[in-house]
Amino acid sequence: MSELRFDDVTVRYGKATAVDGVSLTVPEGEVVGLVGESGSGKSTLARAAVGLAPLSGGRITLGGAPVPTRGRPRPLQMVFQDPYSSLDPRMTVGESVTEAMPPGGTRAERRAEVERLLELVHLDPACAGNVPSRLSGGQRQRVAFARALAARPRVVIADEITSALDVSVQGAVLNLVRELQRDLGLTILFISHNLAVVRYVASHVAVMRDGRIVEQGPAERVLTEPAHDYTRELLAAVPGRSTPRSQR
Amino acid sequence: MQGRWSRVVRTPLGLTATVFVVALLALACLGPVLWGADADVVDTDNILAAPSGEHWAGTDNLGRDILLRVLVACRLSMLLALMAIVLAVVVGLLLGAAPFVLGRRTGRLVTAAVNIAVAFPGILLALFFAVVFGAGATGAVMAIGLAGAPAFARLTQTLVAGIAARDYIAAARMAGVGRVRILFRHVLPNIAEPLVVNATIGAGNALLSFAGLSFLGLGVQSPSYDWGRLLYDGIAAIYVNAAAALTPGAAVLVAGLAFNLFGESVAKGLGVSVGVGLRTVATTRAVVAAEPEAAAHDDEDVPEPSSDVVLDVRDLEVTFPGPAGPVRLVRGVSFEVRRGEAVGIVGESGSGKSMTALAITRLVADHGRVDATRLDLLGTDLLAPDTAVRRRMLGTSLAMVFQDPMTSFNPTRRIGAQLAEVATHHQGMTRREATARAVDRLTAVRIPDAATRVRQYPHEFSGGMRQRAMIGMGLMGKPSLIVADEPTTALDVTVQQQVLDLLTAIREADDVALVLISHDVTVVGEVCDRVMVMYAGRVVEDLPAADLATAARHPYTRALVEAVPDMATDLTRPLATIPGRPVSPADAPVGCAYADRCPLADARCRAEDPPLVADSGRHRVACWHAGEPLPPVRMTDDLVETVESL
Amino acid sequence: MAMSLTAESPTAGPAVPGERPWARFALRRLGRLLVSLWVLVTASFAMIHLIPGDPVRGALGPTAPVELVEARRHALGLDDPLATQYLHYLKGLFTGDLGTSISSQLPVSDVVAQRLPATLSLAVLAFLGAVLVAIPLGVVMGVLTRRGHGRRTELAFTTTSVFVATVPDFLIGVALIYVFGIRLGWFPVAGDETASAYVLPVFSLAIGPAAILARIVRVEMVGVLEADFVRTARAKRLPARTVYLGHALPNAVTAALTLGGLLLGAMVAGTVLVENVFAWPGLGSTIVQSILTKDYPVVQAIVLVYGVGVLVTNLVVDVALAVLDPRSKIRED
Repeated sequence: MSELRFDDVTVRYGKATAVDGVSLTVPEGEVVGLVGESGSGKSTLARAAVGLAPLSGGRITLGGAPVPTRGRPRPLQMVFQDPYSSLDPRMTVGESVTEAMPPGGTRAERRAEVERLLELVHLDPACAGNVPSRLSGGQRQRVAFARALAARPRVVIADEITSALDVSVQGAVLNLVRELQRDLGLTILFISHNLAVVRYVASHVAVMRDGRIVEQGPAERVLTEPAHDYTRELLAAVPGRSTPRSQR
Repeated sequence: MQGRWSRVVRTPLGLTATVFVVALLALACLGPVLWGADADVVDTDNILAAPSGEHWAGTDNLGRDILLRVLVACRLSMLLALMAIVLAVVVGLLLGAAPFVLGRRTGRLVTAAVNIAVAFPGILLALFFAVVFGAGATGAVMAIGLAGAPAFARLTQTLVAGIAARDYIAAARMAGVGRVRILFRHVLPNIAEPLVVNATIGAGNALLSFAGLSFLGLGVQSPSYDWGRLLYDGIAAIYVNAAAALTPGAAVLVAGLAFNLFGESVAKGLGVSVGVGLRTVATTRAVVAAEPEAAAHDDEDVPEPSSDVVLDVRDLEVTFPGPAGPVRLVRGVSFEVRRGEAVGIVGESGSGKSMTALAITRLVADHGRVDATRLDLLGTDLLAPDTAVRRRMLGTSLAMVFQDPMTSFNPTRRIGAQLAEVATHHQGMTRREATARAVDRLTAVRIPDAATRVRQYPHEFSGGMRQRAMIGMGLMGKPSLIVADEPTTALDVTVQQQVLDLLTAIREADDVALVLISHDVTVVGEVCDRVMVMYAGRVVEDLPAADLATAARHPYTRALVEAVPDMATDLTRPLATIPGRPVSPADAPVGCAYADRCPLADARCRAEDPPLVADSGRHRVACWHAGEPLPPVRMTDDLVETVESL
Repeated sequence: MAMSLTAESPTAGPAVPGERPWARFALRRLGRLLVSLWVLVTASFAMIHLIPGDPVRGALGPTAPVELVEARRHALGLDDPLATQYLHYLKGLFTGDLGTSISSQLPVSDVVAQRLPATLSLAVLAFLGAVLVAIPLGVVMGVLTRRGHGRRTELAFTTTSVFVATVPDFLIGVALIYVFGIRLGWFPVAGDETASAYVLPVFSLAIGPAAILARIVRVEMVGVLEADFVRTARAKRLPARTVYLGHALPNAVTAALTLGGLLLGAMVAGTVLVENVFAWPGLGSTIVQSILTKDYPVVQAIVLVYGVGVLVTNLVVDVALAVLDPRSKIRED
């Protein structure tokens, strides 16, 4: 069982409530898209799940048990937005990926595992010896995925992983997300502000605003027959949907 | 690494400082060995003698040679300074790293304590500790070391906090790596360089502080002597033998300077290498290509544009000095914008789209060079030298909207004043009239309660509101052209929609032309009549917006449209991807810049850069294989990427 | 470049106008001042107790009779329990009673009152001098050496200012005495009797901080001239003077003061060395004498006065910042 459940989760920073009583389930083997604008609390929810933000109320469980936030193994991993801050500039790609692996195994086994993971994210295994500065943004994001997978997670949270990338490379990262879900049966919580991107990778969608989830359900249903006004507003704002504005 | 350090030595200043530091270290080792005994020889016949051939800096009150004593004192002075700086760095590191290891609450306490300590100057702290530890060498080491610790603690805290906010720290924590281990493996290696540099500078300062304490009589006590002690003794005799004070003073100064300059040069050497290549060769003055010959040439070849042309750009080039010679960021862009027309410029980072926007508005930073055979706005030559008349014309008829509304307003001035100054400078209004106009314009861009809002500062506006206020600022005059550079990239989708609606409404109401720069094909396709696609500093395709999805002919445009998912993307197929990464204009090849990533590329593409030619009506494309069918989208499984060597 | 700013960066989100920012700023700043004051008072109290051995014995020397030492200990209240002494000390501060000098037997408050004016006038003059020279110089240098301009000027200015800033004030003092006092005989080298006596001490005290501050202002100015809002000002086609003075200057100065504020506080304490060079009859000469003669009550009081001077300077800088930059009021420490 690798179902990630948020039960009435609340996160407060001082007086401000960033996440306000959120309940959300990420079913095993599915990609759930979490959509919201800046300040909606979607990233805070993700950080709370991996123990990077303190929980003021509620529970976060993985397969029925609380998510461990101390020691190893860590069955919940996260990939971050900014590819330029997510890899230690002084470590090679191989070292970064190795660090996330569960302890044990010989050196040769670890090296083989690094190669396997890099191939999984479509990177040349030879780049294990490179430092991140020689990689493009899209390549770094794939290394970040490899590092997350190295911890043998049951669930991966992807937080705005394409929003800092050039359009020509974001497609490759999105394809990778779908592929990992399809081929490895990975459970993914996919956070984005971009509805079109979420539509492409997620089977379920939850819409978040001001710390609350205003609507959730199967992607098909939420994106074609939205029940909440805010979802409708978001959908109407997606560029390229309305007819061109020009009068000529 | 090696290269960066050798760069330090290669600057004249760095080399001088290095030579001095090495010389001082040698003197510290050898001085007492060579002259230790001679420096203590008492000569009662020669008390307080002035400088002479025998005693170059004269003698002290026991007739001992001052110069020899100064040379011998080098070891003790440097040793004490070194001990003090080591103490300062160690205590500072412990205090500075404590918040990271101890966690939020205890950490905050340490931070607060350091903040209070840092507010008190080092000399005061040193005096405090000198009282506690008593006058003498040990006391002085403790005093100067502990007095320097808060500053190092603060530095360490800042550096650690900077690294701790990085996602790779979060990733390591998620992987279960302990805090102490993260500190040693990820944090310290990444802050080591600035720490070492600052410790070097700190060593120079410690040396000077020691001299200060000894000068006050609180440092080294007789019969030991360091430079400060010699200075203290020398000052007493300054009327009899000035050299007795000036020689040790000069020694302290040279040593202090050597360490400081060494540290500074290292800092600079390491700092410069962090990718600010443009800064190094930034001497070329902006040269405005207003040569008459260019104008004459224009008249012959190019037919007069029709009168409804607002902006006419021919062969625009923008060049910046780079480490390996000038870099052409915009390479020959030509287009025109007609009255009321909306033209979109699309491209990835480094495509030159923003530089084009800055060039057509004459806002390129002044070490960049803008050339064109024609750059006319409303019939005015923008390449001509700047005059008051032209400033007024541009100030009222050309509006600019920038990407980041957070930073594009002056944070220290009220919104109203920032709008009003356009009118007071260019429209001759009084301050009161101008403010009234500002209120009117803010209302026009749908900012509620504008009369109150004009008195607020930018940080009191939300992002979307600031961007609307920026548009309102452009409307203070009567613009014929609005140039908007990524106006919605920093905004949320719903806010983006409002801003785009506003731009469209303004355009329709007053027949204003719009140049919209964006990385987002869908945004441009929705707002604009015509879209120009840029790649590596060139326009590769110029087509009606309506044709984007159906009739694009350049393989890059087609890939760009297919790579971005929209609400109608086929979910059963993988997205189109473009292998490799965008070419920077600096590395643009001889042939087509897109050839390396293009599935249609052949030998001709790599050898010859295709010109931008009009094929039907106003559709222009630069491709030898324009419109040819593309191979089917490749599955990502076949696409293992290698990292190109740099 | 283009896309990195989307979505949820922590600084994004609507800026909420603070309620009565001035009141909140004043409250927070006052709280910090009180905490710093308490730390300072406690540290000055603790100083005498941190000294290894018996401070009175140390002050009177090994030959002093035991009865005298005991009597003096009693007079200073050093035989009371620590808490009582602390309360006494605090009470004394509130009533202006700073104790009695061991060596002169005069009330310490008299000593301080007599010596303070000389130090204060020196520090205030140096402070004003440094600010009035550094800011215009830094601004002009910033404009001259903005991106793509004046590489030679920049090198010359940076090198000179590093050099000047590195030379400690007391060495400058010694050099000035030698050149202008002894060699040329233009200015007096000691005391504070005449106006011309101020020239050399003020100059030695102010020049280092002025050099550092000017450097900071220049760097900030160069940075501000690259800022987006300066580009906006240029897009409005304002005259260069308005762009530099109206838009760049306030921002450069606030940034420079944020960094350089501590520097000005340090000048207050910098008087210690300079006073000793010029035999200036202020607190600086007194504290050094008192440390050497182990007259601890005087030392305590002067450390306290210097500390308060530093805290007041920092307060002045922060208030100036709050006036110049509306954001600094809502910025957390």
